[in-house]
Amino acid sequence: MEHYNMNLTLKVWRQPNKNSEGRFETFDVKDISSEMSFLEMFDVLNERLISEGNDPIAFDHDCREGICGACSMHINGRPHGPWHATTTCQLHMRAFKDGDTIVVEPWRANGFPVIKDLVTDRTSFDRIIQAGGYISVNTGNAVDGNALPIEKDKADASFAAAACIGCGACVAACKNASASLFVSAKVAHLALLPQGEPERKNRVLSMIAQMDNEGFGSCTFTGACEAVCPKEISVTNISRMHKDYLWAGLSTEK
Amino acid sequence: MGLTGLFLITFLVIHVGLNACIFYDLPIFDPNDNGAMFNKASHFMGSTMVMRLLEIVLFAGFILHIIQGWSLELQNRQKRKQGYQVNLGNRGSKWYSRSMGILGTLIFLFLVLHISDFWIPSRITHNLPQAQYHGVEMHDMFIKMYNSFQNPVVVVLYLLGVLALAYHLFHGFHSAFRTMGVHNRKYLAMLKSLGYGFTIVVCVLFALMPIAMFLNWVSPL
Ligand code: HEM
Ligand code: SF4
Ligand code: FES
Repeated sequence: MEHYNMNLTLKVWRQPNKNSEGRFETFDVKDISSEMSFLEMFDVLNERLISEGNDPIAFDHDCREGICGACSMHINGRPHGPWHATTTCQLHMRAFKDGDTIVVEPWRANGFPVIKDLVTDRTSFDRIIQAGGYISVNTGNAVDGNALPIEKDKADASFAAAACIGCGACVAACKNASASLFVSAKVAHLALLPQGEPERKNRVLSMIAQMDNEGFGSCTFTGACEAVCPKEISVTNISRMHKDYLWAGLSTEK
Repeated sequence: MGLTGLFLITFLVIHVGLNACIFYDLPIFDPNDNGAMFNKASHFMGSTMVMRLLEIVLFAGFILHIIQGWSLELQNRQKRKQGYQVNLGNRGSKWYSRSMGILGTLIFLFLVLHISDFWIPSRITHNLPQAQYHGVEMHDMFIKMYNSFQNPVVVVLYLLGVLALAYHLFHGFHSAFRTMGVHNRKYLAMLKSLGYGFTIVVCVLFALMPIAMFLNWVSPL
């Protein structure tokens, strides 16, 4: 694709801290290369803000290669921006054209309070994992290929669910701010494997209880989460989680 | 939500089936029926003990579904105190899947009208014309329906009610099965198509009732 430069207008959410009121601030950015990533465009802007003696825009990022889930921007109304199955860090400026106005907001959900500018507190996800998203015993080293037989279909489904990077785009997109897609992915990737089987029932009960405690809403299957998920986690995981939840509720020991 | 929704769907099957008896008056069947078949069916529903008991269960089902629906909607709306400047909108989901609370409320308003039109006169006040078949006295619900649907305002309100129901079910039908835990992709695809098919058949039949009576396709004459 042909390289080009562009001038853009950015409308970015600025908020000094958790308790203050925020507002949109407009920036003109010039000579942005179509080869830059979206975050590199923010780096350029922040360099300028720092050299002018202004507060740079705070945003989360870590790996910048689409695997950590740290980057989180609501770009022109879509979590992670316009590209399908792509994180904000992997979004490139060739998605935009000269003269565009881009509105950038933080994730909005009671479970993700804004800490500063575009950075939200996503420790609610950590607490959901701590409530049951693990196997209690040491499962040891990787064993020989077929020492522990696992159905191919289940292994595939588990692997697909394990691709979730915990970015929270599903919550950001959901009209109910439900974390069901994330939680169901974390439930599914363990529940489908023999190592995860013994704790399957308590896991789903505790993780859903924690999700509710953290102030996330309930799933009504609109499908918005699946549409924006950078890892294409399927909503069928949510149905599977409901099945496990109903069954666990009826059949746990206590 | 899923359970009560599915229960209400089974009620729709019975309701649409019974009411479709009015179409027996169409020229292709028996233009001299004049609602006899429908009146007898309706009399059976009102006079049998089992049916009256089921009617109570049905009311309970509606009330439960409405309470669940409204409280779910209320709770979910509170989960994002601060909204977005630009919304995802139809890029991620269908408008009707995001509007179940409003569609349900429209159905509820329609139900208030519908129950006061037909159920209250038939079961409580009994101020209805009478018909007699084989010596058995019964309400002439057919005439009552016909008279109601001579008013174009009533016809339009009923069509709007059916439209709200259609969109509620386009999403509700498959959503209910997902809520109950169906996660097999093939079954889900099948249930989705079944849901669209079911909804279209039921809602077109319901919509044709006021239209057929307004346009005198079926009439007491
Ligand atoms: C004949 C009447 C009705 C039928 C057949 C029906 C059916 C359904 C079905 C099948 C669902 C899906 C359940 C699920 O996703 O688990 C549903 C959901 C719902 N219904 Fe109804 N319903 C009816 C009337 C109403 C009324 C009168 C109201 C409210 C006043 C209402 C409000 C809701 C709400 C808020 C939901 C939740 C939706 C969601 O999943 O987003 N419904 N309904
Ligand atoms: S399910 Fe998808 S959108 Fe949600 S946290 Fe995981 S990777 Fe992000
Ligand atoms: S920075 Fe790691 S996924 Fe974007």
